[in-house]
Amino acid sequence: MSPTHRSLIAASLAALSTLPLQALATEVNIYSARGEELIKPLLDRFTAETGVRVNLVTGKADALLQRLQSEGVNSPADLLITTDAGRLYRAKEAGVTQAVTSERLNAAIPAAYRDPDGHWVGLSLRARPILYVRDKVQPAELSSYEDLADPKWKGRICIRSSDNVYNQSLVASLIANQGAEATEAWAKGLVGNLARPPKGGDRDQILAAAAGQCDLAIANSYYFAGMLTSAETEQREAAGKLGLFWPNQEGRGTHVNISGAAMTISAHNKDEAVKLLEYLASDAAQTWYAETNGEFPVRPEVPVSATLAAWGEFKPDSLNLERLGELNGEAVRLMDRAGWK
Amino acid sequence: MIIPPLLPCLGARFLVTSLLFMTSAALIAEKRSGPWGPSITALALVLALPVLVVIGFLFVPAGEVWGHLAATVLRDYVTNSLGLMLGVTIGTLIGGVGTAWLVSMCRFPGRGLFEWALLLPMAMPAYIIAYTYTGLLDFPGPVQTLLRGWFGWGFGDYWFPEIRSLEGAAIMLSLVLYPYVYLLARAAFLSQSLCVLEVSRTLGNGPWRTFFTVALPLARPAIAAGLSLALMETLADYGTVQYFGVATFTTGIFRTWFGLNNPAAAAQLSALLLGFVFLLIAMERLSRRRARYHDTSQRHQTIRRLPLRGWGAALALVFCLIPVALGFLVPAGQLAVWALTVADTSFDAAFWNLVLHSLGLAAVAALLALALALVMGYGRRLLPTRMVNSAVRIAGMGYAVPGTVIAVGVIIPFAWIENSLDAWMRARFGLSTGLWLSGTLIALLFAYLVRFLAVSLQTVESGLGKIKPAMDESARSMGMRPGEVLRRVHMPMLRGSLLTALLLVFVDVLKELPATLILRPFNFNTLAVRVYELAADERLADAAPAALAIVLAGLLPVILLSRSITQSRHAQST
Repeated sequence: MSPTHRSLIAASLAALSTLPLQALATEVNIYSARGEELIKPLLDRFTAETGVRVNLVTGKADALLQRLQSEGVNSPADLLITTDAGRLYRAKEAGVTQAVTSERLNAAIPAAYRDPDGHWVGLSLRARPILYVRDKVQPAELSSYEDLADPKWKGRICIRSSDNVYNQSLVASLIANQGAEATEAWAKGLVGNLARPPKGGDRDQILAAAAGQCDLAIANSYYFAGMLTSAETEQREAAGKLGLFWPNQEGRGTHVNISGAAMTISAHNKDEAVKLLEYLASDAAQTWYAETNGEFPVRPEVPVSATLAAWGEFKPDSLNLERLGELNGEAVRLMDRAGWK
Repeated sequence: MIIPPLLPCLGARFLVTSLLFMTSAALIAEKRSGPWGPSITALALVLALPVLVVIGFLFVPAGEVWGHLAATVLRDYVTNSLGLMLGVTIGTLIGGVGTAWLVSMCRFPGRGLFEWALLLPMAMPAYIIAYTYTGLLDFPGPVQTLLRGWFGWGFGDYWFPEIRSLEGAAIMLSLVLYPYVYLLARAAFLSQSLCVLEVSRTLGNGPWRTFFTVALPLARPAIAAGLSLALMETLADYGTVQYFGVATFTTGIFRTWFGLNNPAAAAQLSALLLGFVFLLIAMERLSRRRARYHDTSQRHQTIRRLPLRGWGAALALVFCLIPVALGFLVPAGQLAVWALTVADTSFDAAFWNLVLHSLGLAAVAALLALALALVMGYGRRLLPTRMVNSAVRIAGMGYAVPGTVIAVGVIIPFAWIENSLDAWMRARFGLSTGLWLSGTLIALLFAYLVRFLAVSLQTVESGLGKIKPAMDESARSMGMRPGEVLRRVHMPMLRGSLLTALLLVFVDVLKELPATLILRPFNFNTLAVRVYELAADERLADAAPAALAIVLAGLLPVILLSRSITQSRHAQST
């Protein structure tokens, strides 16, 4: 039953009002920036358990947000799922989201990973640690993100382009912590330490480090986990040469981002949407993120997979993620000025 | 704030004004032309809507972000975009014109094979070829690893060309875009009247001189059409340059829009990009001036191809083999190797569903684009007024605009119309009409037409251009109406061009990603979407089966295309 048939459904609802409501199919419509592979299996389980059908469009977060905005109050979407907090913040600012009231969500998800006004909730955590080549770097040489601008790392660091939102969020977190001026000086120092002009994705940085082009790679943890457990031998071997270091453990903690969801202002299936959010925060779903995609559960008490557990416990940055969204534009300008390609 | 609330009003105002202006002009033109002028102008206007929306953003103040862009990155955007265009021009001209001349005018071993094999790279999306070559040639890739193993080198001990660079991007794009030039140049060489070439030869010109002084100038409109397609596609490319870390206008648009959160400035960058295209077209027109290129003779005999022997034949063979090998065999081979590693899990029912969706969409879009191109191309021939000319020109500009920008240009006016209607109906009748275009395949097909009309239009127009106007005049003097002339005189003569237009759009839609990604309905995926999702997650091997399927599905039309050109040539010559 597609959303375009909603009026038809409404008509049949009226006609069939004598039947018990549960007998009718209900649905939730989702715009998701999480790829199909990384969300559909969970949605299918949800449908199997509850009988609520889920309709899905995947795409890039910004474009989906644009679609949502243009469609306005008539949008068929009930939920917007993104893979970073910045876009959730942007959706809220654009006025296309609404507050969700769910005791279960509030109890389950730590406050740092929820919007203070309840417009969005985090569903999984993605950390951005420093990866080092075991033969060349001792973990004791590493300390913090700030340290990466130190001249001792000249020509030894691989990181992707500043076009990428994970880098934008990382820089935003630094701005939140130490101010724009110090962060710009840091970014210039980091650019001066790069082994090569930024290119490719996170896995590319890991591959380059393993092949000897650089000694440190900055990459999201789940890419590293994905390579460690990959079906391809090259990927496994490359990742095997690197170790993972959790930076800033003495201070504020390692930079984390979330994938999360917001309810749209136009949501027609509110109850079902809340039910789905609660399901995505449940033990079963939280474990799935770790097992399938190497992400950390948003609920600290849920156990992680063996691959992730091997990296040890870490302290995540407790900065409210809303700040990442607020500071995103400033971060991009700063990286432009620093010559971070 | 993502879109200023002011924008819909401003945009709408801009649209209504241009609409009024263009219709009134069209009505004046109508006196001379019957229904053709206004219908074409109206049609062109609807198709120009997304591009006009983008241009409409010029009137939205973008704030001080321009100062920031000018001080930091704008220079890079301009020089890199120009550099890329220059590289692709050189690459596609050498690859496209050179091979087209060899296979149509010379005889050497493998010629018949190359005639169609040279088209194969067209089935390869640029972003996919970029992924595969990076996998092969990058520092950690097998080639460099092998070299390091042989010679005991480490990082920094040796020089190796950097694949992920401006030059690399130009080569990648040239490898998949030269077939546009090849295709049109070859058709032009084949359709050149033998007499002209023979006259040149009897005047004592050797084959090289004939090529440069007669054949090449005569084929110029076709070559220019092919080149401008290649360059427009280059300007619109996002996947390759983004992956290679080359900052161009297109990556700048996305960065400004989403990173700096400034859609107005981003749209203004897009409008600047359109300026590039205008400049390109104007330069070509200017240099052509008043020259006309019609066939004056109907004597098309099969060309006696110049036989090449020894080194000449070997050189010709290598010259044709390089683009085929690098543009198709190597990347397709790499994809096949990757696909094999995941074959056991990839080819399920869902996969075939994707194939079906991709093929269906491409077929419908190709047919629609062809019909529109015929009507508009012929309308312009019938009525070459300034109004019709510019309307058709603007409608064809979508090709140079990145797919995401087009898609947004579709979403904004569609949703605006639907929501306005909905609000009015609610107020008037208490009835909600909701969204009936957004999120349907109609919106998606419309975006394809906006994006790819230029391809079919260029092909149809370059075909029409070769039919001398005297044909129209005599048909009209025999009492045929314009529509009849098109149907009974032009279409049979254009068969080759029509099929070319059809298949080019088919392959383009098959590869299209950004508009599909944004505009498609719920629970509807295509092969390109699948490739993107896995590749974006940096799982190239998992993406390989779907990528290979795009390439394979694109092969059939490419081969058909090649056969039909040869056949139409034979049909004409008998």
